[in-house]
Amino acid sequence: MKLSDVRDILDAEVIVGEENLDMEVKTAFGADLMSDVLAFAKSGSLLLTGLTNTQVIRTANVLDIAAIILVRGKKPSTETISLARELKIPILTTKYILFETAGRLYMKGIVGCLQKVENASGRS
Amino acid sequence: MPVEEANSNLYSGSFHIEGGNFNTAGIVSTNIKSILKKLGIPGDLVRKAAIVSYEAEINVVSYAKKAVVNLMVKPGFVQIEVIDEGPGIPNIELAMQEGWSTADQKIREMGFGAGMGLCNIKNYSDNFHIETEVGKGTHLKMIIHTP
Repeated sequence: MKLSDVRDILDAEVIVGEENLDMEVKTAFGADLMSDVLAFAKSGSLLLTGLTNTQVIRTANVLDIAAIILVRGKKPSTETISLARELKIPILTTKYILFETAGRLYMKGIVGCLQKVENASGRS
Repeated sequence: MPVEEANSNLYSGSFHIEGGNFNTAGIVSTNIKSILKKLGIPGDLVRKAAIVSYEAEINVVSYAKKAVVNLMVKPGFVQIEVIDEGPGIPNIELAMQEGWSTADQKIREMGFGAGMGLCNIKNYSDNFHIETEVGKGTHLKMIIHTP
């Protein structure tokens, strides 16, 4: 689906990336722990998180994450917004909790970027 | 900022990380990522290099006074060295264990400090070497093979 569909499904506000709403997305990963995001998330996925600091943008940039969905109505700081603009990473914010956000996207066809981990510490 | 050297390397440069400054954590790995991309390194390998340098940066910012990052790209591999001045690691085996952490609240608020940093660095590197001296600092060397 397109990022604009994600916005509609989640009744989300686009904070950064109005110009990227045509982007296609198929997979997602959700976590508030950035080390887990680094260990498991795949490039091109949506990142669902409740963290709003600049490290979320850095993490997304390192992994080539497609877009960040902030859950539970979280709003990013001005530093986070300006870094997201600089690195061209869209940010959307939704009032749905993480569980609802994931469930609503899953029902419409978005799947996890992986289903199960092989072990808790990541690769190999 | 990178200091380029005229030699047979595809790239050789150094970066500095300031300890304690969470606002700048990630700048070096963002730089490394764009340098490797420009050199035409495949995307999945660029991502590995960015992940290991980013986790190392987070460690420096979290625990050390400062560090130098040396990036060297040669035909066949990318080498990233992170040499910090800091407290060192009293027990490397323990520190390498997933879930073991001495992180404070500030680090955890940033989404780190769950004891996964060194595991992530090791897992995403093809070669990983760590040397540490308590009271002096820690030296990480990561190698990622390229085609």
